[in-house]
Amino acid sequence: MDTELTGAEITIRCLQEEGVDYIFGYPGGAVLYIYDELFKQDKVKHVLVRHEQAAVHAADGYARSSTKVGVALVTSGPGVTNAVTGIATAYMDSIPLVIISGQVPTHAIGLDAFQEVDTVGITRPCVKHNFLVKDIAELATTIKKAFYIASTGRPGPVLVDIPKDVSQQKTAFAYPESVAMRSYHPITKGHAGQIKKAAQLILDAKRPMIYAGGGVILSNAAMQLTELVRMLGFPCTNTLMGLGGFPATDKHSVGMLGMHGTYEANMAMQHCDVLIAIGARFDDRVIGNPKHFSNEERKIIHIDIDPSSISKRVKVDVPIVGSVSEVLVELIKLLKTRKERPDQIALKAWWTQVDLWRARDCLKYDRASAIIKPQMVVEKLYQATKGNAFITSDVGQHQMWAAQFYKFDKPRRWINSGGLGTMGFGLPAAMGVQFANPRGSVACITGEASIQMCIQELSTCKQYGLPLKIVNLNNRYMGMVRQWQEFFHGNRYAESYMNALPDFVKLAESYGHVGMKIEQPGDIEGALKEAFKLKDRLVFMDFITDQTENVFPMIPGGKGLSEMILV
Amino acid sequence: MRHIISLLMENEAGALSRVAGLFSARGYNIESLTVAPTEDPTLSRMTLVTVDSDDVVEQITKQLNKLIEVVKVVDLSDGVHIERELMLVKVRAVDKGREEIKRMVDIFRGRIIDVTDTSYTIELTGTGSKLDAFLDTIERSTILETVRTGASGIGRGERILKA
Repeated sequence: MDTELTGAEITIRCLQEEGVDYIFGYPGGAVLYIYDELFKQDKVKHVLVRHEQAAVHAADGYARSSTKVGVALVTSGPGVTNAVTGIATAYMDSIPLVIISGQVPTHAIGLDAFQEVDTVGITRPCVKHNFLVKDIAELATTIKKAFYIASTGRPGPVLVDIPKDVSQQKTAFAYPESVAMRSYHPITKGHAGQIKKAAQLILDAKRPMIYAGGGVILSNAAMQLTELVRMLGFPCTNTLMGLGGFPATDKHSVGMLGMHGTYEANMAMQHCDVLIAIGARFDDRVIGNPKHFSNEERKIIHIDIDPSSISKRVKVDVPIVGSVSEVLVELIKLLKTRKERPDQIALKAWWTQVDLWRARDCLKYDRASAIIKPQMVVEKLYQATKGNAFITSDVGQHQMWAAQFYKFDKPRRWINSGGLGTMGFGLPAAMGVQFANPRGSVACITGEASIQMCIQELSTCKQYGLPLKIVNLNNRYMGMVRQWQEFFHGNRYAESYMNALPDFVKLAESYGHVGMKIEQPGDIEGALKEAFKLKDRLVFMDFITDQTENVFPMIPGGKGLSEMILV
Repeated sequence: MRHIISLLMENEAGALSRVAGLFSARGYNIESLTVAPTEDPTLSRMTLVTVDSDDVVEQITKQLNKLIEVVKVVDLSDGVHIERELMLVKVRAVDKGREEIKRMVDIFRGRIIDVTDTSYTIELTGTGSKLDAFLDTIERSTILETVRTGASGIGRGERILKA
């Protein structure tokens, strides 16, 4: 311990101590010492992306599909500004990341030095926390704190900005075993009295509904949620972020809710008498207009680790602050000790109602169409992968069809940018997923507009031999923009048509991958089978789909849950 | 309703901007904000005055608590408390006006802390409304400049905010 290490060595040693196996990054002037240390060891493997946005999305995909913290490394100035979209994406979806950024030397800070940017200032609103390390003595503790803050409480990205001279200076290294911060004590254990109140409401419910969000995934509470739902026999809906938190193929599942949720899920949300919200935040894409939502009377139980999520958009009756998994364990335990059961006759009547709503078959589409229907591609993908693939998506119509038609039975299999809605997320996120799950099947459902926002990563995929399967639902439109223009802007398709598209087959081939173009509905299945047979190749499947297809059901912006537009 | 929020935070570079940034990012209104280190130099104490509905103020305190560097937050308006603000006013003071202003300063228990042939600089502390009242009593055209600190607040008696 008496030998002194440079800041760069300390940085890498800290990553090793944290058990980091992959970091995603792009070198540059301010991080050269750190890259030099990366070069000298082989415990932490570096993945070279082609754009810093992709580094953060890849680290993000890595974190979402595992239970680990994702790590990205970028240089100062443009390195950081490119990373901001990725950081904001992770922040909105509460994904634990540590981003290490280089900074100009401390003596140059504030002097408009080359590649200088106020990183801490620029990222402040889109990180859980950030640090500028001006003193090498603080470096190891700061990195420890960063991992601790990122992964505890409501998770989120934490950025550590390291000036070049700090990475060069030397000091003795000792990695702290733990951190104590007087200003940060996330609560994980739910209040026993509140859990008791919740149990009573649950037992008294006549028209109960369980509404589970991304918090279930983040808290690794899918097992507990599944146990609770099956024990109670209540209907359960998952948010876009919560898909896989409860098995979609279970009879108690009423599918996703929200703007493009199922008729049955939205109607049950609106008309239930007791709502159990678990790791969800009543956001605008989920409950629509909060005024309309509160037109119906219901009691709400809300379990969330973040007190500020509670009573933010909707007033709740029984708030329980705590980690979803811990609270559910306690709640299940308590319910098991109680002799009463929910009113079975009322529950049966409620299910009859829910099944009537379900019978509307709100996700139906023209299966006999001569043009490829995007929904059918997702359904066939589901069948081809037996529901076992990791699915990433970009943002738009294809994202919604993926969420509606791929039935996720397991958590951490559905990887998408829900909060920020970041086009360009899908491909780099899929890379991170593949690194975290080297033996898993990883498919990226995308569209011809989204994929072009990070298409350069096909090069990264080639370098690391990532056998991703890209399912491009190509309708030559920014489909969701076009849909809104059709519904709300008098069919004036302002700048939503994608002209001058590349030949995606040739494009994939030019990067050394396999490209396929599929134009007939009858060819979907064969193409998918063939693609998944190519186990070590990236296959880019360009599906030419119906340009006029819309996502249904749809709740128009500002409308309520029961005001859906149906097919 | 007007709320006076008191908070203790780590006395670190950038901590203030996290609070200010939170208010602007979420569209909360700040009427005044004062901050300075406490007797423990690792801590800063901030007093924030905001006027908003109780629901919004509840969100504000929750969001402030969420900031990693914030150690404690209390809404002083939830209980009995004292608040004071300091104001410095420079006024034109000539001829008969000099006596008149001096008298007014005495009534308001202020102090004249700088004097020239033609001006006074007055120091006055009190609640915001007392300071307002003082400004209303002196002839508007004689006011050369004013500077106010914004309110600082503290709980009464055993109501103590400590880390």
